[in-house]
Amino acid sequence: MNLDFSPEDLAFRDEVRAFIAENYPQQLRTKSEEGEELSKEDFLSWHRALAKKGWAGIAWPKEHGGTGWTSVQKYIFGEESARADAMRLLPFGLNMVAPVIWTFGTEEQKAQHLPGILSGEVWWCQGYSEPGAGSDLASLRTKAERFTGDDGKEYYKVNGQKTWTTLAQHADWGFFLVRTDPTSKPQEGISFLLIDMKTPGITVRPIITLGGEHEVNEVWLEDVIVPVENRVFHENKGWTCAKFLLAHERTGIAGVAASKRGVEKVKAIARTELDSFGDESAPLLANPFFKRKVAELEIDLAALEFTELRTLAGEASGKGPGPESSLLKIKGTEIQQRITELALEAVGHYGAPYFRGFGEGDNEHPIGPDYAHRAAPTYFNVRKTSIYGGSNEIQRNIIAKMVLGL
Amino acid sequence: MDFNFSDEQTMVRDSVARYLADTYDFETRMKTVHGEAGWNPAVWQAFAQELGILGASFAEDHGGLGGGAVDNMVIMEEIGKALVIEPYLSTVVIGGGFLKRAGGGNADAVIPQIIGGQVVIAFAYAEPQGRYNLADLRTTARRDGSDFVINGHKAVVRDAPFATHFIVTARTGGSQRESGGVSVFLIPADAAGITRRDYPTVDGARASEVYFENVRAAADQLLGDEGGALPLVEQVVDEAIAAVCAEGAGVARRLHEGTLDYARQRKQFGRPIAEFQVLQHRMVDMFMEVEQAVSMTLMATLRLNDADRSKHVSAAKNKIARGLRFVGQGAVQIHGGIGISNELAIGHYFKRASMIESQFGDADFHLRRYESLMD
Ligand SMILES: Cc1cc2nc3c(=O)[nH]c(=O)nc-3n(C[C@H](O)[C@H](O)[C@H](O)COP(=O)(O)OP(=O)(O)OC[C@H]3O[C@@H](n4cnc5c(N)ncnc54)[C@H](O)[C@@H]3O)c2cc1C
Repeated sequence: MNLDFSPEDLAFRDEVRAFIAENYPQQLRTKSEEGEELSKEDFLSWHRALAKKGWAGIAWPKEHGGTGWTSVQKYIFGEESARADAMRLLPFGLNMVAPVIWTFGTEEQKAQHLPGILSGEVWWCQGYSEPGAGSDLASLRTKAERFTGDDGKEYYKVNGQKTWTTLAQHADWGFFLVRTDPTSKPQEGISFLLIDMKTPGITVRPIITLGGEHEVNEVWLEDVIVPVENRVFHENKGWTCAKFLLAHERTGIAGVAASKRGVEKVKAIARTELDSFGDESAPLLANPFFKRKVAELEIDLAALEFTELRTLAGEASGKGPGPESSLLKIKGTEIQQRITELALEAVGHYGAPYFRGFGEGDNEHPIGPDYAHRAAPTYFNVRKTSIYGGSNEIQRNIIAKMVLGL
Repeated sequence: MDFNFSDEQTMVRDSVARYLADTYDFETRMKTVHGEAGWNPAVWQAFAQELGILGASFAEDHGGLGGGAVDNMVIMEEIGKALVIEPYLSTVVIGGGFLKRAGGGNADAVIPQIIGGQVVIAFAYAEPQGRYNLADLRTTARRDGSDFVINGHKAVVRDAPFATHFIVTARTGGSQRESGGVSVFLIPADAAGITRRDYPTVDGARASEVYFENVRAAADQLLGDEGGALPLVEQVVDEAIAAVCAEGAGVARRLHEGTLDYARQRKQFGRPIAEFQVLQHRMVDMFMEVEQAVSMTLMATLRLNDADRSKHVSAAKNKIARGLRFVGQGAVQIHGGIGISNELAIGHYFKRASMIESQFGDADFHLRRYESLMD
């Protein structure tokens, strides 16, 4: 047992570092720093660059065009990306629907969808949650009725409403959980459908969140016709895909590398900001109360990191991601939230100005120091992490039941 | 010992509560928040005329009702409950606080105009570098004959875009952070040499960066002693903190009530989520924070004239800052996805709660101040 990187790993690290430095789109960096909302093109620019290099499918097996990286290599890639403030690719296609397709899909489905997901040509959204079905996802009511079309082929007619659908405004395709058998038990009448978002009858409406972002949407489905070939796995067995996918969604949700970077940024702010006490040159980071909180955060982050590494080691030796990943989700999101709390505390008065509050085309510099203007919106926004991906209450229920056997 | 409100205080509370319930619903507030002006002068006029509350905390000599800090507390709690953005804190509590204590011609001239709703005051004290240290001032007021000439940059001055007057802290002597040498001026907002950059704040208010460039002030615009005004500033800011605590208690109350209502209605797994014990305990903990916020507000308000006032005010602010975070985060969490939508009131209460946390010093600042004043 040891913590050392092999010479090959070190060479790999240098390669990753150099690649990011040379290829990360400058435009993306500027926009992220200034807190501008990223356009579809922005998101895709980095995806395409990585795809060209063959690095988009980080967790993908080689046979489908993935990197086939070892867990150490994935770890290094994550660290280097965070270190360079490079965005993480969106998970909906790459890490969510793709594993479902290559695990449960037909050869046609694999051929039709996997290349577009990998290259970034096709944008995916996740249509699970409904107004009445959040934590209790299995109570979903969007229904898909099967019928034979005039062409003699089999179709579903889908009706219902999805909500909180992340970035559906950009999506080309969506993967949806729909009810195909209203008579059986909740989990047993659900199917997993791939739906072209341009199909008539689909309406996407924005939901604006606390920081003013347009990140989530309502998706209305009204007599949406979907060919039966777009169903993954058996009819009424969609829950199997959903559960499988949730396990995938949870790995990586710990966000260790990004949180390390987040802690660094908080420290940088607290080195620049002055303490209210002492003489006028004492930095906030020298304030014992603030410093203590940063230190505790670092310690908790180390505990999370080594718990994640242990989990990864377990996976490498053949255990799939188990319910233990709920621990990573809970602790990971709590740490992400604490980072945003400390950042907001650190910026003091300049947490209050609302940087999106200027008129269209007002390019004046935001109020206060650069690191301050997004502190409050980020603090508000990141409250989502303990709600989505299975809320932290639900994750604790999972641990209680599945790990502790209570 | 008597914790009962007087008849006048009960009347003020009831009339403010009724007025806000009738006219200040969430949609109306949001229209004002997004409107050009950033506040609703008609509401202010109603406060002045219809309700007559702007005079509640002023002496009868000045045309007030003869009340004080407890009246401010009562009103600020209602302001918190309805997320009122109109400038009661800056105008009545802070502006009025300075004028009352400074007395003299300024008090006689301006207090009646506050009560009448003609004057709106913004408190220009914070500076980009100074954090929560009230003495950390780079703004200077240099003597020039019998006048002063003010230069400096004041940060995040709430209510500045629509203020008629600024109350400005500046150095007439001493070095940055020194307790001596601090002076306070009352300056008309349209005085030559003042420029502003206005903006909205994350919690629905308006504020400005205010720049003073060779702004002239006559000696009679001084509030308090030349060079010796820091104790006055500290006194008034402590009063403002007590008032902000009251607002926080009101905000927390609504966050808690809104969460309870929602948890009773929202069904998952075939039953109201309010039946899940883990959520029940969290709502109980939130409830206990709300009750303690009310208690600490009362404690601080009743001790505003004690010798160890600052210690008690810091105790209250620390407790309430921690409580607001707990209650606000709990409210969002128990609402689930809906909690982070900008379309519901709950998120806006959470945002205001988050800003109250650090207004005039965050939990850590007041813990440290408390610690330094503790026996
Ligand atoms: C920013 C954001 C992005 C999202 N993106 C997507 C997306 O792309 N696609 C998608 O399908 N969904 C998405 N979601 C939806 C997300 O998965 C749901 O919000 C989540 O499942 C919680 O459901 P809910 O919001 O309905 O809350 P509810 O389920 O109503 O929960 C409310 C509260 O009750 C608690 N609770 C519920 N049941 C229990 C229980 N049994 N025991 C204890 N406590 C309980 C919850 O933990 C929560 O605190 C997103 C959500 C957010 C906030």
